[in-house]
Amino acid sequence: MSAPLPLTAPAPRPTMPRWRALLLFDSKYTPLAITIALFVSMTVAGGIVYDGLLQPQIFLNLFVDNAFLLIVAVGMTFVILTGGIDLSVGSVIALTTVVSAVLVEHHGWNPWLVMPLMLLMGAAFGGAMGLLIQRFRLQPFVVTLGGMFLARGISFLISVDSISITNPVYMSIAEARLSLGGGCSLSVGALLSIGVLLAGIWLAHATAFGRSIYALGGSEASARLMGLPVAATQIGVYALSGACSALAGIVYTFYMLSGYSLHAQGLELDAIAAVVVGGTLLTGGSGYLVGTLFGVLILGLIQTIITIDGTLSSWWTKIVIGGLLFLFCLLQRLFAGLRRTRV
Amino acid sequence: MSARFKQLSGHTLFWPLLTLALLLVANGIFNPGFLALQWREGHLYGNLIDIVNRAAPLILVSIGMTLVIAVRGLDISVGAVLAISATVAAWMIGGALVVDHGVTTAVTRLPMPVAIAGALGVALACGLWNGLLVVRAGMQPIIATLILMVAGRGLAQLIGGGQILTIYYPPYFYLGNGFLLGLPFTLFVVAAIYALTHVALNRTALGLFIRAIGVNPVASRVAGIRARLITIGLYMFCALMAGVAGLIVSSNVKSADANNAGQLLELDAILAVTLGGTLLTGGRFSLAGSVVGALIIQTLTSTIYSVGIPPQVNMVVKAMLVFAVMLLQSAEFRTTVRGWLVRTERRA
Repeated sequence: MSAPLPLTAPAPRPTMPRWRALLLFDSKYTPLAITIALFVSMTVAGGIVYDGLLQPQIFLNLFVDNAFLLIVAVGMTFVILTGGIDLSVGSVIALTTVVSAVLVEHHGWNPWLVMPLMLLMGAAFGGAMGLLIQRFRLQPFVVTLGGMFLARGISFLISVDSISITNPVYMSIAEARLSLGGGCSLSVGALLSIGVLLAGIWLAHATAFGRSIYALGGSEASARLMGLPVAATQIGVYALSGACSALAGIVYTFYMLSGYSLHAQGLELDAIAAVVVGGTLLTGGSGYLVGTLFGVLILGLIQTIITIDGTLSSWWTKIVIGGLLFLFCLLQRLFAGLRRTRV
Repeated sequence: MSARFKQLSGHTLFWPLLTLALLLVANGIFNPGFLALQWREGHLYGNLIDIVNRAAPLILVSIGMTLVIAVRGLDISVGAVLAISATVAAWMIGGALVVDHGVTTAVTRLPMPVAIAGALGVALACGLWNGLLVVRAGMQPIIATLILMVAGRGLAQLIGGGQILTIYYPPYFYLGNGFLLGLPFTLFVVAAIYALTHVALNRTALGLFIRAIGVNPVASRVAGIRARLITIGLYMFCALMAGVAGLIVSSNVKSADANNAGQLLELDAILAVTLGGTLLTGGRFSLAGSVVGALIIQTLTSTIYSVGIPPQVNMVVKAMLVFAVMLLQSAEFRTTVRGWLVRTERRA
């Protein structure tokens, strides 16, 4: 015997007073808050242990030294938000540095022509992978793995040796610094990365494209039923990531002043780690670019602390990043579990 | 197309074997000496033997990877686990040349069996860690194994103190360089492991269970299969294979390089598995196919070296292979191609 079903709708939950809503912030920001709290506590703890850490220039150097990582991680965040992954980013950086170096140094092309060309190349490369993933329902992991081999292979074919860049335009951009007063300054690459981050935030939260990305990551079937341009969004996201990788490659060229097919090896892992530590769910649909920024800063801070300490060996970077990844993945599972039980 | 050919080409192993055969025949045409085998000083020499010998670590890892992929998993930490196992073995054996009464003898830090057991034990622990993260913590396999992939090389460097560890203990070199009955010893290791796995999969219900989990994990659990236990076990098996591969590699080069041993091995193994006709979506797998896939990859590398093409081409060729295999496996692609064919036929 079953109990009669209630015919009336369940009583609406009492609305929260505004002050409580402000105090108890939305639980969807919890991973982001944890990431920021981790960064702040690492900075404070590091500042107490190491004297030099709290200088403003050290903080700015996090941007200077990780500009390319931040740019790549912004593109990667979009891809991961749709539920995909892009393993080709490091190779595309290498390809960009090699092609730019060859065009500028060996063929005497105008750098101002080469840079937009590189962006186009990156976007086309990413878009082609996106097309394969979307059109033929292939797994992003394997397609971008093929892209990784292809981009690295092409750069090997073009040049095995490192090509140093002596072009005056590249040299002057590499040396240019924006002074912020008090002896602090930012490089062009760092400024570009901050610009990309801001543009990314605008794209994610103020455009139809951004909304489609979140919808696609939440549920592809629902997004399709809502009439959102699923195919165009999915291809667009990979093209965007490809363009970001190419831009990161240009910034990398400023940073290293050389084109080398072995540049940025394993950078895809750092980018994925930054995105995950930044609180973006790998299953897609949930996460923020601000989190990615702090993810990159945390990775940079670990590196900086290990450099300042001087006695810690370089492999501790990998172990600590692995540990952080573990911690954040576990936290994500915990939150996903909590959300499910609440529903 | 005759029905006979259709039946033949429908077999899982048809396309991988055809690819391998074509590669070998092409090699034989361009370089007549390629397929020759020689008996010299009681050992069998030749390119074919060399290919199988060099492919041994990849074959082993591909066997492990096949079973993980069969249950909808993926293990991208195999390269790191290989490095860890190699470093642990190298550290435990260590070895130094001691001059005793004018006779130089190699002395190990720990006895060799202990070192081998230690390295394999550490590999098993790595697999257990991966399996627990996937099954108990419910993480996506790529991410769960990404953790060990990132941290693993760091751990291996920690064990080795950031140095390339050299091994000075000749008996250990037998594993990677020795000959038994005229054939490289690694061949016997690979054959034994393949045979054992084959028997375990086909003479017990394990193979059926693995397919069931791959097709539908929930249904298989409801049906009473201990899906979680089996999945953890398969991750441990995969890591164990990477561990054995680590022993072979470190024995072969008489040292362990925590940074570069097994670099990109995970990608080659996934490529070998897909080449062999195993579906990345789980449920359908072919152990023999993966072995053939690994042999294709090694033959390709050897071909590129023997024909005299610059080795840089290797990566581009591999990329093309990845794309070709994926497209052939995609139902959407086959439908599209069929659509094109029908349209051109109508027009004609």
